[in-house]
Amino acid sequence: MAIREKILNAVINCFKRHGAKGIDTPVFELKEVLTEKYGEESRLIYDLKDQGGELLALRYDLTVPFARYLAMNKIKKMKRYHVGKVWRRESPSIIRGRYREFCQCDFDIAGQFDPMIPDAECLKIIHEILNTLQLGDFLIKVNDRRVLDGMFAVCGVPDNKFRFICASVDKLGKMSWKDVRQEMIGKMGVTPDVADQIGDYIQQCGGVSLVEQLLQDPKLSQNKQALEGLGDLKLLFEYLTLFGIAEKISFDLSLARGLDYYTGVIYEAVLLQSPAQQGEEALGVGSVAAGGRYDGLVGMFDPKGRKVPCVGLSIGVERIFSIVEQRMEVGPLFRKIQATETQVLVATAQKNFLRERMKLIAELWDAGIRAEMLYKKNPSFLNQLHYCEETGIPLVAIIGEQELKDGVIKLRSVASREEVDIKREDIITEIQRRMSES
Amino acid sequence: MADRATLEEAVRLQGERVRGLKQQKAGAELIEEEVAKLLKLKAQLGPDEGKQKFVLKTPKGTRDYNPRQMAVREKVFDVIISCFKRHGAEVIDTPVFELKETLTGKYGEDSKLIYDLKDQGGELLALRYDLTVPFARYLAMNKLTNIKRYHIAKVYRRDNPAMTRGRYREFYQCDFDIAGQFDPMIPDAECLKIICEILSALQLGDFVIKVNDRRILDGMFNVCGVPDSKFRTICSSVDKLDKMSWENVKNEMVEEKGLASEVADHIGAYVKQHGGVSLVEQLLQDSKLSQNKQALEGLGDLKLLFEYLTLFGIAEKASEEKLRTTETQVLVAAAQKKLLEERLKLVAELWDRGIKAELLYKKNPKLLTQLQYCEETGIPLVAIIGEQELKDGVIKLRCVASREEVDIRKENLVEEIRKRTSQYPATIC
Repeated sequence: MAIREKILNAVINCFKRHGAKGIDTPVFELKEVLTEKYGEESRLIYDLKDQGGELLALRYDLTVPFARYLAMNKIKKMKRYHVGKVWRRESPSIIRGRYREFCQCDFDIAGQFDPMIPDAECLKIIHEILNTLQLGDFLIKVNDRRVLDGMFAVCGVPDNKFRFICASVDKLGKMSWKDVRQEMIGKMGVTPDVADQIGDYIQQCGGVSLVEQLLQDPKLSQNKQALEGLGDLKLLFEYLTLFGIAEKISFDLSLARGLDYYTGVIYEAVLLQSPAQQGEEALGVGSVAAGGRYDGLVGMFDPKGRKVPCVGLSIGVERIFSIVEQRMEVGPLFRKIQATETQVLVATAQKNFLRERMKLIAELWDAGIRAEMLYKKNPSFLNQLHYCEETGIPLVAIIGEQELKDGVIKLRSVASREEVDIKREDIITEIQRRMSES
Repeated sequence: MADRATLEEAVRLQGERVRGLKQQKAGAELIEEEVAKLLKLKAQLGPDEGKQKFVLKTPKGTRDYNPRQMAVREKVFDVIISCFKRHGAEVIDTPVFELKETLTGKYGEDSKLIYDLKDQGGELLALRYDLTVPFARYLAMNKLTNIKRYHIAKVYRRDNPAMTRGRYREFYQCDFDIAGQFDPMIPDAECLKIICEILSALQLGDFVIKVNDRRILDGMFNVCGVPDSKFRTICSSVDKLDKMSWENVKNEMVEEKGLASEVADHIGAYVKQHGGVSLVEQLLQDSKLSQNKQALEGLGDLKLLFEYLTLFGIAEKASEEKLRTTETQVLVAAAQKKLLEERLKLVAELWDRGIKAELLYKKNPKLLTQLQYCEETGIPLVAIIGEQELKDGVIKLRCVASREEVDIRKENLVEEIRKRTSQYPATIC
């Protein structure tokens, strides 16, 4: 849990640094709020039993609740973060850090602004967080829904199959192109020719030069949607260069993202394997952050269909926890994980000093010092020292008969075993001094 | 519903097709044709036109937290968490739902308030009702015998929410628990110390912590003549004393739960008592209770507890309070004889100024008797008149719980009493 706390703090600090305010929403929503927002993935929603009241379901993400919150409170502009759990009835794979209950850390910017600036900030935030957490090298893939749709159109995919083909393409992260192609032909019923044309496009990735190239592509450049998307991507790359992060960004035509509500730019961050992690599964642990633009979602909740454009990101902290747990010994951020933050154990080497221990510990607590004592009237000294070593408590404040007479407490450093007598009235300042130095 | 969804999708696609054609400046005839198709499809959907029914609300008994509320919440949690950490607790988390079997049979009557998840073909699940049963499950699952842990998380109860009074169906609990076999009452004392630290740090005003013991209650029911089988139900009646008067509670016990009237009266005599460690001593001497083994155990432990609480410096915050039947704030007393007139004058002044006050109906009561009266009935303050004080123009104001006395100028007495009793609850010094 201490690792978790450190990671969440790093993420939240970044969000706050970018001026976001936190909100929270209930763990379940009215079923109707979640219906028809997630496309195919709707079957993965946890419903609550009908117990005679409202029909409820556990939230599937933090984005739809956010859209509901914006519409409910008639908010036109907001920069918010939300850290909370979400629930999906997926096939869990604990090694891959894929659970049915997991924590998401979302950051979203809602409102009509000049194009691509908020979108660029989202990517900057993902970059900052992944750097801070020192997880090794990473890549952020970027694409655009309009480019995808335009591409499907020029390849000859029938309109009504767009979403399904999109879902197939999305599986490229887990399946080979061969299998995806087979699914498109066999299940979706597109011709092999169409599938191959799609294949030609989606196997391309690159930087802004690929954007330029596609803007010249004879087929794509005829498609208005694709042109819009490519134009925005070009602008995005300019801003990312100014933010100093463009070399970690890859325009990847195979990036599809499952969720239905994306309308513009979409992105996904993946960790790149270093030689040390050969033991991990070849297909990696999936993405560690993702997001995109969704301009139509809030409008679905507004009685007059008034839109509030939104763009945001979600950090997949569970996957990050899994990775960090595996790599515990690496990285200065995660060294020395003590499960508690206790600073001092109040102890005694002799019998019948329970009362003195209790008085002293109350003084320490009242002064804000984190202290513990064993729940025994006459604990053995050795047991008390062992307890410190097991739990990582750095100091022991030892009470003894002679010390009481002399008006001192013996302060012992667990690591060095050095003991020194401190005047009773100085014990608190001495402990505080030592803690601030370490 | 499936038909509607297909229709809506068809409308959407047709709409896009029309838009596309218009963008590409296709032939007018073609556009018209496609538009007609679109209108026909929309007509099939009906007047709703495919737009959602607007349900802009959170589920009953739940609410969003806006940024301001989040900031307050964060501050409060910081205080609570830093206290838990200061006492060396580790933090854990558990899933929001448990297997239904884990929660079954743990909550008695309250079980009907549990939120179940729909049977979707997998395990039967339910949302957690508190953090304690999950903790017990965690201990058993991991074969742990000793742990000091805290857990801050939301729990779920299908209650009847009264949102103004802060009663929701989804709400936070901040739990701290010590599991393990230790020397008696030390961990118990630490729990009370923690409550004191947190309530003080949150600066909510003054407070008192009421303490009792299940074994004393059961022993008391036993010596009063309550049949064993009615213990739990009589207990839940007594529990209502903070919301209902004794008359109503007695009525419930006698009329609804079939308890004999004399038995109820015996209970009444006990539950009206509260105090500090002196009440514990007194009950240890009680002729009936001292014959009951359970009660003795409970009283013995409470005595030990009070010793530890004194060492922790918080004994005056803990009172073994069961019931106060009056709201009297001050007893007007005299330290010497022949001060009845002065007592009468002072008490009248206090009444005129709206202060709830009493005096003993004796011309020359002993000071000790007057002080004991306060302890028995829970009056928090004593205004003591004395010869020297009269000459000096002061009244000695004594706090019953702490026994501290201070001289207050006569003209400032009412204000001082109001100040001390204006915070909740009234037992402050």
